[in-house]
Amino acid sequence: MSDTDLEGFRAETRAWLEANCPPEMREPVRDEDDVYWGGRNATFKNDAQKAWFEACRDKGYTVPAWPKEYGGAGLSPAQAKVLREEMAAIGARPPLSSFGIWMLGPALLHFGTEGQKQRFLNEIARGEIRWCQGYSEPGSGSDLVSLQTYGEDKGDHWVVNGQKIWTSYADKADWIFCLVRTDKENKYQGITFMLYDMASPGVSTKPILLISGSSPFCETFFDDVEVPKSYGEDVPAYVGQVNRGWDVAKYLLGHEREMISGADGGDRTSAIGAAMLRLSGELDPVLRAELAQFDVDALAYSAMGEKFLDEIKVGKAHPAQPNMMKYAGTELNKRRHELMMAAGGTRALEWDSGETDGGKPSRNWLRTKANSIEGGTSEVMLNVISKRILDLPGA
Amino acid sequence: MPLYYDDDQTMLAETASQFMAEEGSIKNQLRHWRDRNCKDGFGHGLWKQFAEMGFTGMLVGEDDGGLGMGQVEANIVLEEIGRNLTPSPFLSSSVLAATALKHGSNDVKGRWLPDLVSGDKVYAVAIDEGIKHRPERIACRAEKSGNGFRLSGKKDFVVYGASSEMIVVAARTSGSDADKDGVTLFAVPQDAAGMSHDSVRLVDASMASHVTFDNVELDGDAVIGEVDGGRDVLNAMLISGRVGSAAEGVGVARGAMDMTVDYIKQRKQFGKVIGEFQALQHRASHLYSEVEIARAVTIKAAQLFDAGSEKADLMASVAKAKVAKVAGLAVREGVQMHGGIGMTDEYDIGLYMKRERALQEFLGDQYYHAGRVAEMSGY
Ligand SMILES: Cc1cc2nc3c(=O)[nH]c(=O)nc-3n(C[C@H](O)[C@H](O)[C@H](O)COP(=O)(O)OP(=O)(O)OC[C@H]3O[C@@H](n4cnc5c(N)ncnc54)[C@H](O)[C@@H]3O)c2cc1C
Ligand SMILES: Cc1cc2nc3c(=O)[nH]c(=O)nc-3n(C[C@H](O)[C@H](O)[C@H](O)COP(=O)(O)OP(=O)(O)OC[C@H]3O[C@@H](n4cnc5c(N)ncnc54)[C@H](O)[C@@H]3O)c2cc1C
Repeated sequence: MSDTDLEGFRAETRAWLEANCPPEMREPVRDEDDVYWGGRNATFKNDAQKAWFEACRDKGYTVPAWPKEYGGAGLSPAQAKVLREEMAAIGARPPLSSFGIWMLGPALLHFGTEGQKQRFLNEIARGEIRWCQGYSEPGSGSDLVSLQTYGEDKGDHWVVNGQKIWTSYADKADWIFCLVRTDKENKYQGITFMLYDMASPGVSTKPILLISGSSPFCETFFDDVEVPKSYGEDVPAYVGQVNRGWDVAKYLLGHEREMISGADGGDRTSAIGAAMLRLSGELDPVLRAELAQFDVDALAYSAMGEKFLDEIKVGKAHPAQPNMMKYAGTELNKRRHELMMAAGGTRALEWDSGETDGGKPSRNWLRTKANSIEGGTSEVMLNVISKRILDLPGA
Repeated sequence: MPLYYDDDQTMLAETASQFMAEEGSIKNQLRHWRDRNCKDGFGHGLWKQFAEMGFTGMLVGEDDGGLGMGQVEANIVLEEIGRNLTPSPFLSSSVLAATALKHGSNDVKGRWLPDLVSGDKVYAVAIDEGIKHRPERIACRAEKSGNGFRLSGKKDFVVYGASSEMIVVAARTSGSDADKDGVTLFAVPQDAAGMSHDSVRLVDASMASHVTFDNVELDGDAVIGEVDGGRDVLNAMLISGRVGSAAEGVGVARGAMDMTVDYIKQRKQFGKVIGEFQALQHRASHLYSEVEIARAVTIKAAQLFDAGSEKADLMASVAKAKVAKVAGLAVREGVQMHGGIGMTDEYDIGLYMKRERALQEFLGDQYYHAGRVAEMSGY
């Protein structure tokens, strides 16, 4: 696409956003309640959220870079970047957040059959089915491949038994993409990547209360759950091949890490310092210095995010680079919230008050502590960098 | 513009990398001149080769006999200089002085640029007046005298000053020390009567001068740019130099890191190569991440400067501050992970530590630049 075409696209996009993005959807997302997740039982927080979602869905902008036949807008990487930039310029919220978009979608685009793509990608793009991720188990966190949940082969279906943990939004999800052991002899080549309905008999969930006071996480139990091997012609119930789900899982983790890292290539300055100066009238000099050091790191990281995305587009990024982005991005985000708490002073401590919108600063601060745990811990990211990038022995 | 090198830039990087690793290596240059106590601190032979490679005049416009390239390209060379600790006046002469001269009249350009491009002469810049970088205050004074000026005052940390045929001096022609306006840049020739150098060797074996100007008489044509309006040129020069020294710092960091990672893959203790210990692996991986980030923001700052963006000043300070933090980490971890051998003069890792310290002070350390970032961000 030539530069002039791209500029034309930019003008069009700007006009479309102007006409379709309501002012309420141009405010920063304050917490997970502001986010629309879709699904069978989805409700909208307000009319603006609904209008914005529907406009984007009809345009293919919930998943702009996916092909049109799967519910996307079929944008080229350059166009997708323009859309991202224009949305960032007006502070537009994402119209739809979902594990389907971030994780399952890319895996299906890569490994799925045509039938699976037609069905599941379209459902994801239109926000019809909400997905959750069944990876971790009580005994298998960082050492994920040791997982024990077992699917016994019964010919045309499996019978699945076991327990998952930390399953985000399992109680609200419609379907699960789940790692199930289907061969007990083979550690790596004995796991199948299954897709099934959370309403299946034998599936139950129990919420886990987090230190932030919310509980979007669950223990998930499978008690003789029957999973058919197919949902119709060319729609197998598993992604990739039976017993080769680990490849899919690893591919998907790459996308998950990219998402958690916050490497959206946007030019996000922290601006905490200026905001805090307005609030408190003066800044303690040592805190000001910490904020300044943070801004240096945050602005530098945002350049790294941009470089990373540019390099991915042309295949120049090291395949293990998402691990580095995840590590650096999540450590930075934790620091951001530490500083916001410090700068917010006693006000930020209020847990249950109108002043803080129900304790947002402290709840968000506590939530960020999981950033360097979920999707693989910082220590595990460092292990991967040691092994795959630095080529250190025995790592 | 994507944040990676295009084909031409990639080719330049390969050429510069090979050239610096061979001709500009630590053994051939830094150690060679240091051990001979060379008063210049760099080799003129190598500088001639820089000219043959087209490096000296990279930032000089094509009309003036240069290559008319940008900061991104200069940074590519600087990163390789950093990686090999190659002593050269490239940063002061071909980046800082060249950027200043770009803003000069045709007469000024005609007088100084050809020798810069050909590598026959090297130039320096004189900005700082105390032990810390503080270009907001300029006390050095140039009074009108006849159709020229009379310059008096002192400058510090004039890198390779005594070896330079000309020094770009930022002096005050009106107003008080902290004024934005009233600053003028002058091209002061080496033989100017009343200019004296107290040249000292620094920790990294480079040379820098304390320069004293005692009623130095300058012609009107020594002025670079506008009288009293030199601040803009000075700022452009500072951004270019800061982004450039960030690039050199990235090179220093990468050089130190590569050496260290290599070392821990070889060295055995407790019956294993020490690179197998997770305590070292995690620190090495953290360092790798930081170096990548520092490199990204340095490329970003160079691109913004080349594009004439308003954000270049902010990003130059971000880059300088980030690189200083990261290169500092790289050399400290480098020496530590080398164990006892890292403390010996025979081993190169300590040389990286020394260069990093000098580079950190050049045009503002991490604290100065983080402070600027806060100011520019409104707090
Ligand atoms: C908020 C949140 C949401 C999550 N969402 C989901 C989800 O939706 N679906 C899902 O499947 N999972 C989810 N997880 C689980 C997450 O992936 C795991 O918590 C994570 O992989 C770590 O496993 P673990 O908790 O068992 O810790 P452990 O593996 O027991 O680790 C404990 C500590 O030991 C360290 N450690 C472990 N192994 C090593 C090693 N080899 N070297 C050095 N240090 C090591 C870890 O870094 C950590 O600090 C979520 C977790 C959280 C906190
Ligand atoms: C200035 C100086 C004076 C000295 N004076 C004396 C003296 O008078 N007499 C004398 O006998 N010795 C002396 N030494 C030697 C000193 O005791 C050793 O340098 C020191 O024990 C480290 O050993 P090494 O240098 O072989 O490093 P190594 O053991 O090779 O270590 C290299 C790096 O690997 C790390 N490392 C090694 N093993 C592990 C591990 N298991 N886990 C994690 N990291 C590891 C180290 O911490 C270090 O960072 C001196 C050394 C110096 C620098």
